[in-house]
Amino acid sequence: MPSMNCTVKVASPLRSYTGGAASVTASGDTVAALLADLERRFPGMRFRMIDEQNAIRPHIRLYAGTREIRHLADPMGEETVLHLICALSGG
Amino acid sequence: MRDSIWIGTRKGVFALRPDSRRRAYRLSGPQFLGHVIHHVVQDPRDPKVQLIAAKTGHLGPTVFRSNDRGRTWKEAAQPPAFRMAAEGEKPRAVARVFWLTPGHSSEPDVWYAGTAPAGLFRSSDAGDHWEPVAGFNDHPMNAKWAAGLATPDGEFLHSILVDPRDARHLYLAISIGGVFESTDGGRDWAPLNGGVAADFLPDPTVAFGHDPHRVEMHPLQPDRLYQQNHCGIYRIDRPGNTWIRIGQAMPKKIGDIGFPIVLHPKDPDVAWVLPMDGTKVWPRTSVGGKPAVYQTRDAGRSWRRLSHGLPEKDAWLTVLRQALCVDAYDSPGLYFGTTAGDVWASPNGGESWRRIAQHLPEIYSVTFAI
Repeated sequence: MPSMNCTVKVASPLRSYTGGAASVTASGDTVAALLADLERRFPGMRFRMIDEQNAIRPHIRLYAGTREIRHLADPMGEETVLHLICALSGG
Repeated sequence: MRDSIWIGTRKGVFALRPDSRRRAYRLSGPQFLGHVIHHVVQDPRDPKVQLIAAKTGHLGPTVFRSNDRGRTWKEAAQPPAFRMAAEGEKPRAVARVFWLTPGHSSEPDVWYAGTAPAGLFRSSDAGDHWEPVAGFNDHPMNAKWAAGLATPDGEFLHSILVDPRDARHLYLAISIGGVFESTDGGRDWAPLNGGVAADFLPDPTVAFGHDPHRVEMHPLQPDRLYQQNHCGIYRIDRPGNTWIRIGQAMPKKIGDIGFPIVLHPKDPDVAWVLPMDGTKVWPRTSVGGKPAVYQTRDAGRSWRRLSHGLPEKDAWLTVLRQALCVDAYDSPGLYFGTTAGDVWASPNGGESWRRIAQHLPEIYSVTFAI
């Protein structure tokens, strides 16, 4: 079965990796697969969001549609939009 | 000399370049506006090259490299990162890259990086790919040496020193953890904290667990190291294994607490510190609101106050461990940056000072580049 194509909404701090694009497409059935596809196309982007233990970094939030993703293995399900969000805090 | 002073701040990178008489300084930047910059370090083996230790808001930590004296930058392909934790093992993730050190002159593409939480990393391709130094990060004693006794801003690995006579001879420091030495290129390590106080611990005779703030090795006399510690100023002359508290010679009302220490590039007996208030609740501001640099010219047997041109009162400055530097002139200049965003310069080894920049973001590092 071919992988699902999703729209990825990119928070502004990460757009230096996407050439300034706020929205890109990526292919994959799980969040992990989508992030791997993004990393292939935009090298370095994944590590700024996901640490070396495969944990989502503090203050980074991933949403499949409106469903928050806590684990990279989570499937996208019926959702076709992945939001990459930097929850800003501090001064 | 095309020299410049590089300022790493909580909000980006700035540079200050003097005119031909070193009287006026022109500020450039910011570059990386909004990024947290802990260190900006030039490669003495190839002065066109500079590396930056960066973190960006809530994004993960990384390293940027310039091949053109800081005009353009490229991110490391593989930033410093711990290995994947084994099952049941406490996972470690780099929160920030804190320190950068160029490798030995015989290893032109080698760099070292220190991180928070405390980790040692090595690049053998000029900072593009970084690998954990397993000899330290996975040392059987590592969990005790780097026990996570974090300072308020985290547990830092810093002051990575490479012996100019021997690429395999390394030192590093952890705040909090102590000073450690390797004589085999980082495969094995041993604590080197004899004689250093650890007033904050119940057992003051511990072998490690100390809080070195900054350690410096003299380039022309690499057996001599100086240390500004949480608990005093020290010197050691190897192969001795005991640090001597040279801060005892500081005026008692000033004390010997601070963050940075820097050395004269040509004279191993000369060092400068920037004392801060370490009494009661450790405010870590200029003692009495009267900032001063102190200099020794006899390896710590005596110290003298250098404050001409600095504010005479009501100035509660804090200068962090990477924020005091010395330039490369035979009669060296000194520069420091404050957490309030001011940069001060002395063209004459601290004898007189003047402010050369103000209103910058919180300053983390001040480094000299040629």
